[in-house]
Order: sequence, then structure tokens, then C-alpha cells
Amino acid sequence: MERSFIARNPSVLIFLSILALFTLGVTILSEGLGIGVISTSFVKVLGKTLCLCLIAIAMDLIWGYTGILSLGHFAFFGLGGYMIGMWLMYERTRQIVETSLSEGVLPPTPEEISTGIGNQIFGVVGSSEFPLIWAFADSLMVQLAFVVVVPGILALVFGWLAFRSRVTGVYLSILTQAMTLGLSLYLFQNASGLRGNNGLSGLQNLPGVTAPQSVVSLWFFWASALALALGYLLVAWVVSGKFGSVIQGIRDNEARVRFLGYSVETYKLAVFTLTACISGIAGALYYPQAGIINPAEVAPIASIYLAVWVAIGGRGRLYGAVIGTAFVSLVSSWFTGGQAPDVPLGFYTVKWVDWWLVLLGLSFVLVTLYAPNGIGGLIDLLKSRRKETDA
Amino acid sequence: MNTLLEVSGVTVSFDGFRAINNLSFQIASEELRAVIGPNGAGKTTFMDIVTGKTRPDAGHILWGEKSTSLIGMSEAKIAHAGIGRKFQKPTVFEEQTVQENLMMALRKDRALLAVLFFRPSKDDFARVEELAHQIGLNDALLRVSGELSHGQKQWLEIGMLLAQEPQLLLVDEPAAGMTPAEREKTTAILVEAAKTRAVVVVEHDMEFVRRLECKVTVLHEGSVLAEGSLDHVTKNQDVIDVYLGR
Repeated sequence: MERSFIARNPSVLIFLSILALFTLGVTILSEGLGIGVISTSFVKVLGKTLCLCLIAIAMDLIWGYTGILSLGHFAFFGLGGYMIGMWLMYERTRQIVETSLSEGVLPPTPEEISTGIGNQIFGVVGSSEFPLIWAFADSLMVQLAFVVVVPGILALVFGWLAFRSRVTGVYLSILTQAMTLGLSLYLFQNASGLRGNNGLSGLQNLPGVTAPQSVVSLWFFWASALALALGYLLVAWVVSGKFGSVIQGIRDNEARVRFLGYSVETYKLAVFTLTACISGIAGALYYPQAGIINPAEVAPIASIYLAVWVAIGGRGRLYGAVIGTAFVSLVSSWFTGGQAPDVPLGFYTVKWVDWWLVLLGLSFVLVTLYAPNGIGGLIDLLKSRRKETDA
Repeated sequence: MNTLLEVSGVTVSFDGFRAINNLSFQIASEELRAVIGPNGAGKTTFMDIVTGKTRPDAGHILWGEKSTSLIGMSEAKIAHAGIGRKFQKPTVFEEQTVQENLMMALRKDRALLAVLFFRPSKDDFARVEELAHQIGLNDALLRVSGELSHGQKQWLEIGMLLAQEPQLLLVDEPAAGMTPAEREKTTAILVEAAKTRAVVVVEHDMEFVRRLECKVTVLHEGSVLAEGSLDHVTKNQDVIDVYLGR
């Protein structure tokens, strides 16, 4: 008989334990509820990193396991962020407007409130009218559903068109780049209804919550850790059985899978859509911690970074994607945040803010050439070494 | 004998070149058949047409008792209908184990959700083991198939086809690159398989075809040149001219 899913995948249990310990550790060291070693802003950095790890798992599922190099998954990530951002911004503005209007002699009419909110939100793009897409912005439940549904529908439509026409390989990658570029350009317009290049801001403030940011940051950190744990479990389960065999078969030899009688396009579409939904959730948790979302977030380069993280971490192993993303994005924020000391060479000073990208590009090339299985591949190597010495 | 596959008047051209030219022949439901012919005779294109990879410009392809037309059906649907195909190069999923390869090929519901929630039962494992035995890989079940030898990969692929329980098995040059001992075993597997289904073997190697001891169809320039026992066709003057004489 087959053993249970966890028994067959010990790495899942190890990962979940490490994540739980990490979460506990950060909480104890935090300013909000602990001894104050880790600043609130760093808790946010760590929380955001967990969200990036979640989208990296989605990327690993679509690229590492199914073999579809999507360079557009940040479009879904951004959409998730926009969907939750709309409610956060609307609800907080409504409370502010209602408070300020209630200081008047007469109670404000609903029109006055609506115009007030509209002015506050859309004043920067010279409007006070609510665009149609904000129709449900007052409902947290609907916007939460949109976090999953909107990226899901975009992926479903895009994927259906692309996979049905049997677009594969680099052509598909280019199409996904076009998709995220198109979304970014659309959002940049003032008429998009999402405040153009201003994006949505003030997202770190939860409406109606008086708790300080040091505590709110921990809530989001916990939520991100929980989402990452659930996402990891879900994807590990999906790839563990026959479904995993089929999608890896699609990666290695699509035609063979087709002749085995599997409808390859349906499987691709399902995985593409599922990963888009996971990306949407990751984005919805990320942007309240970042505080702001704007169209630059879904620029094509963001999705390329995602592929680099997963490649450095090691494709086709979920912990690899997590390790690569955590490592590279944390190192990246250290280098670009001005903390890394500049290197004076006498004739020239290496400023890491500029030179970090060169370093990243170089390490990507080195990983591709000399360690195609990335950091995760090194772990596999150690594991097989140990097995050999045991035997 | 009832007809399983009937190909009649099929023509395919690529950029004006007629790869298949008014091809007609039939395969019975329990039959071993060898298809031979020089390079460019249209052997692989014939397989592409039957399995739905290439669409013919003209002609009919009728399948099974109900004489369903296969033209216009997708590869996956044709595979469902009961036609399995073995490629010239061994194409197994190299990063997966022999067991996983066979499990994926087992005749089961191919729908997405059914596959997602599929967990193999005792019977499934037993069936996989039986298949592995049939192809001589019962000791290699948990090995990653990329580690197998060339011959073993070919057998694994044949095993995957048998797992699909097809009524018609199309096998493209199964003996290429095999040692004599491996060839013998491949012959045995194919002869055994043809007892319960139709097997069509496309082959270059005359010696291998002789061992199969079956009816032979000779293709030349996209149509049938001769048909019959190997001795019969090798005595045919046309065949000698275009193929054996060289």
C-alpha cells in the first residue's frame, strides 16, 4: 500500500517546521510583541519576502515542474495587490471623510460622502467619479474573492488562447512578457480607474484598526507565513502523485504525453490558472506590507527577476524556489538599500546600488553554466552523498 | 478476420512533395504486420497520419468495428480510441522511475480531476509489476528511467504502450541500436503482444523482420509496392529494384 503523503515527502515536514520556528523566532524578537531586536520595518521586509517565496512556489510549479517559462506571473501578483488595495483605500478614506463631515451642523448626505471619498481618492488624476471597476470596493468579501478570481480569469483567457494555439517555449515566454507589459501600460493611464502612475497608497493602514504598525506588521507576517505554508503544502501535494508525473512529462516530452492520451492543453491551462491564483494571493499579502502599489510593480522586469530567483534556488524542487527567493531578494535589498559598504578602488568606487545588478546577472550566468540545479541541487547532492556513506 | 484499421486513398503532401500517395491497406484486429521500405517511403508519415499528428489532404482512415473516421480527431482522442504509438527514439520520461512511467500509462481516466485525486491501489501496483515482468524490467521498477540502457528504454516504452491496452500498436524501428540478444527479446515481446491485438512494426532491418514471421507491406514513394510474406515480397521484381537491389 502507499504510504501517506507526508511520509513520502519528508522535505515538506522539514520545511513547515523551519517556517514555524522562523515565525516564532521573528515574533519573539520583534518590536511589536517581543524583545525589540528586529525593527518593524524589517519585520515587513521578512513578511514581504515570505510573499515572494509564495509566488516563487507558483513559478516553480509552472516552470520547474510543467516546463512553461512564464515571464508574466507578476501581473497576477500585482492584480492581487490592486484588488485588496482598492478595499483598503476605499474603506480608510470613507472613515476619514465621514469623520470630517460629521463635524458639520447637518448630517452629511450619502452623495456628499461619496463625492468626498471620490475627491480624496481620484483627485490626483483630476476626477471625483468612481470608475465602474470600483463598484464593489466597499465590500471586503468581494474584493477578497477578486484577489483570486481576477488573476484566475486573466490566466484562463490568456492561457486558453495561447495553449490552444500550441504556442510553446520562448514564444510563450514572450507572450507572457507582452501580457504583463500590456497590463502595466494600461495601469499607467489615468483613465484606467486605478490612479494611473500614482497607484494605490496608504495600504499599510488597516481601516478601523487602532493597533500600532509594530503589531499590524506581525499580523501580516503571520498571514504571509500561513499562506506560504498552505501554498507549499498544496503544491507539494499536487506534484506528488500521478498529476505530478503528467505535468513533468509535459515538461520533458509534451508529444509523448499527448500520445498517452492526456489532453496536454487542459493540464497546462489548469496549472497556469492555479499558479495565477496563488500569485494573486501572494500579491494581496505583499502590498499591504509594502504600503503602496503602482504600475511599475507589474513591469516586465519583475517577472524576469522571479525566474532568476527560482533558477538560482533550483527549479523543480519547491524548497529550492523558496531558498533562492529568500536569499536573493534579501541580499538584493541589502545591496540596493545602501547598507553594503562601497568599495573604493582609488580610480573608481564600486557603488553596490549600481553594481548589484551586475553581480546578480553574473551569478545567474554562473548558476546556469555550472549548477543548473541551483542551490537546491546542492542540497540534493549532499543528501545523496550521505546516503552513499550510510550504505 | 475482421478489419481493425482501413486506410484508403490517403494522400499527404508537404510543400508539393507527396510523402504519401494514394495509400491503401488494411490491418486485421489480431495481426502482426511489418512495414518496410527505403528512406522517404512514407513510413513515419503513415504513423503520423494514423495517430493524428498529420492531417491527410485526401482519403479515409476508418477505425474499429464502427468504422469511425480518425481524420480530424486530436492525438489524445485517438490514443483513447485505442491506438498506441512507439517512437523511433526511445521516449520515456527520463526523470521518473520505471514505476511512475508505467503508472502514468495505465489505462485509467485521463480527466484532470480524476488524475489529481488518483492514488494507486494494490491492483494498480500489481498490474504495473506484471507489465514490468513482461518487458523484463521487474528488477528496475524503482530506478530512474534515464539510467536505463538504450534497449531497456525501448522495452519500457513498449511496456507503456501495453499499459494503455491499445487495440493497435504502432512501433517505429524498435530494434534500432540494439544488441542481438536485445533484438531477440524485443521480437518475443512484440509477438506476444500481437496475440491479443494488432501490432504494426515499421522496420529497416530485414533480419529483424524475418524473425517476426509475419505479413509484410512494402512501401515505396508513399504507396504500397507489394504485400505478403517476406519470402513472397523479396522475390517481387519491383521490390528488388527499389529496395533490396541497392
